[in-house]
Amino acid sequence: MGVVEPIRGEKIGCPSGLQDTPISHIDPRGRDIDLSDYVVRPDRDTHVLELIIQGAHCSGCLNKIERGVSELPSVSRARMNLSTLRFKVIWHGDELTANDIVNKLADLGFGAAPFTVSEAQSQSEKEARFLLRAIAVAGFAAMNVMILSISVWSGGTEMKESTHTLFHWISALIALPTVFYSGRPFFSSAWTALKNKQTNMDVPISLALILACSLSLYETIMANPDTYFDAAVMLLFLLLIGRYLDARLRLRTGDAARRLAALQVTSATRILADGKIETVPAAAISPGDKLLIPAGQRIPVDCRILKGQSDIDVQIATGETDPLFCTVGDVIYSGTTNLSSPLTVEAIATYSDSFLAEITSLVELGDQKKSRFVRIADNAARAYVPVVHTISLLTFIGWFWISGDLRTAALNAIAVLIITCPCALGLAVPAVQIVAAGRLFKQGVLIRSGDALERLAKTKSVIFDKTGTLTTGKFALLNKDAINPSDLSVAASLAKHSNHPIARALHPYAENMDIDGIQEISGQGLMGDTKGETLKFGSATFVGKTDMAQTQGVSWLKVGDKTPVPFEFADQVREDAAETVKALSQQGLALSLLSGDTPVIAKNIANSLGIKEWRGGVAPKDKMNVIQRQNSQSLFPLMVGDGINDAPALASANASASLATASDISRSASDIILQGDKLSGLPFAIDKARKAHKRVVENLGLAILYNMLAIPLAIFGFVNPLIAALAMSGSSLIVTLNALRMTRS
Amino acid sequence: MNALLWLVPIALIMGLCGLIAFFWSMRSGQFEDPQGDASRILHSEDKPIIDE
Repeated sequence: MGVVEPIRGEKIGCPSGLQDTPISHIDPRGRDIDLSDYVVRPDRDTHVLELIIQGAHCSGCLNKIERGVSELPSVSRARMNLSTLRFKVIWHGDELTANDIVNKLADLGFGAAPFTVSEAQSQSEKEARFLLRAIAVAGFAAMNVMILSISVWSGGTEMKESTHTLFHWISALIALPTVFYSGRPFFSSAWTALKNKQTNMDVPISLALILACSLSLYETIMANPDTYFDAAVMLLFLLLIGRYLDARLRLRTGDAARRLAALQVTSATRILADGKIETVPAAAISPGDKLLIPAGQRIPVDCRILKGQSDIDVQIATGETDPLFCTVGDVIYSGTTNLSSPLTVEAIATYSDSFLAEITSLVELGDQKKSRFVRIADNAARAYVPVVHTISLLTFIGWFWISGDLRTAALNAIAVLIITCPCALGLAVPAVQIVAAGRLFKQGVLIRSGDALERLAKTKSVIFDKTGTLTTGKFALLNKDAINPSDLSVAASLAKHSNHPIARALHPYAENMDIDGIQEISGQGLMGDTKGETLKFGSATFVGKTDMAQTQGVSWLKVGDKTPVPFEFADQVREDAAETVKALSQQGLALSLLSGDTPVIAKNIANSLGIKEWRGGVAPKDKMNVIQRQNSQSLFPLMVGDGINDAPALASANASASLATASDISRSASDIILQGDKLSGLPFAIDKARKAHKRVVENLGLAILYNMLAIPLAIFGFVNPLIAALAMSGSSLIVTLNALRMTRS
Repeated sequence: MNALLWLVPIALIMGLCGLIAFFWSMRSGQFEDPQGDASRILHSEDKPIIDE
């Protein structure tokens, strides 16, 4: 117990005050540790540092950070990416160090961690960038080849052979390099599949592209009138759009694990045998080391308390906002925060075996499982590919047998391949998903990944977390009207000096009042003096009210020798929780509640909302086990949570949702994010996902219908390049228009 | 027919110019952070339009 400074080192960086975690809770990570290893020096004078920013979320934050850091001497460029929260600083000369920049950010109210891109992440970023370039090239080629082709078609018999051959040569010069460059994603994916003795959607695409181009080249050389360059390039363009939309939505899946890694404490204070202290990287701590953990700092590794007692913010482990009072002998976990007084502890695990690292690996595992989800389009392709290839081969054999002409047989077989190329699969599914995501966005629901909608549509069971999800996670004063206004302002003025969640509920009532010698006594309460009277605010035993049993959620104020006044606090159920629960059960979903809180409280909340199944006292790993059981029972659970303790469950559930105010980690582990702190977007999202699923199936139906009409034409040799181009763009147009129908309500 | 000899190259060159412009804008990072760029414009320094 020590004297608490009037205002703790707490800082809110965001100018709009909407930051969910004040910086003191994040801790000034890496302040004491040497960051120079992370600085890249492209030349002798230039320094480049990449950081990931914690706590920034809006344009105000962006401006504050960029402007603040630019003010430092010799900084030539400071730029933050608001979408990825990466921050890149370039400076010249040696007078500035990496730590100066991190300290400056901490002063501004933001946390920062050195940032290294994982191999997989940089790979998928490169892929998305390449796809965009490939689309541009294919688009350029498609437009130009189409202009040339239209003149050949409309020229008809009037056009001389020399002219259309010239046009074909120009088309070939544009189309061949384009297919070679932009077609690579399809070729390499098809090659990988074939090497593993499998087929995917890219096999028929690649085959159609390669055969169409080689046949057209042959036709050009022989000065024949029909080439398929336009069809090949347009096919490529349309399919690349679908591929890019998909890659963009997929780019974010790795986010969750990366943000967790950035949350980990990078340094710790070790107490040496001779009593001296040193700062070491958290990764260098081994079990048995003695550590000093100041108030306001995150616990670096799992450890046992040797000396001292303090309130520990265990939200990360249990999801509960009410801090836990820990004393000598108690085990505290990495990632939790020491709130009130310094502790001397003994490490009982290494950095990589500790709680936070364990959650990180669970989240990664869940993400990997999710990525193995077989999408509708791939499923359809598996059935489709063998059929199409057999038909094409039969066409070739049939024509060769009847006409004996190799060229006619090849032309017709290739016409079959081109006309059946799965444009509808490659474009229609991402188109429906993008449209549905846009609709949901307008209603304040963010869809984070392409296949999230497909998974959401399958949901049969919804699992809720309690604190912060069904409830607001903030304590509110219940009996305000029963309390004398002067008592309220005294209690609030005391509470102003504490960060305890219950104390924070009183912050809005605080007035300027002179209170001396304020002390926060861990696990008990606050005390101070004013006008010769002792003020005490805290638990029943703390104010000497021993005749009452300790009741949860009740704190007492004692002024001087007067009778203590009770203050009742409770976590409140969200306004729209009941309505949401009702709407979800009307959609035929089974609902349940899994809470880290005590069974009694879980039961009360579940009963009041009409949720039939509930469990209390559930650890993060148990939540994940429940989810996995439901996964294996094909219940396709949808997990709704907010805390870091929910992250493994969110990542392993078939689909997951979190609120916009949830921790960064749960948000990035979720498929959908509900904006505006409202649960009511959830039934809407499920409804839209089901409709989108219906639309996708419809589009697949249209694609089958189109193929049933087009394939006979191609088999019997009625398809020329003009018809192929029309049929292909026509079918793509129809499925895209069908997807766009979703924009209407 | 002679018109084709210069119209076709002009059409191709115009298309190529567009393509090069697009590559340049990608290279200079204009597609990296649409969200950040959209809000950055709201906070740019106020400077007098005419130098005094």
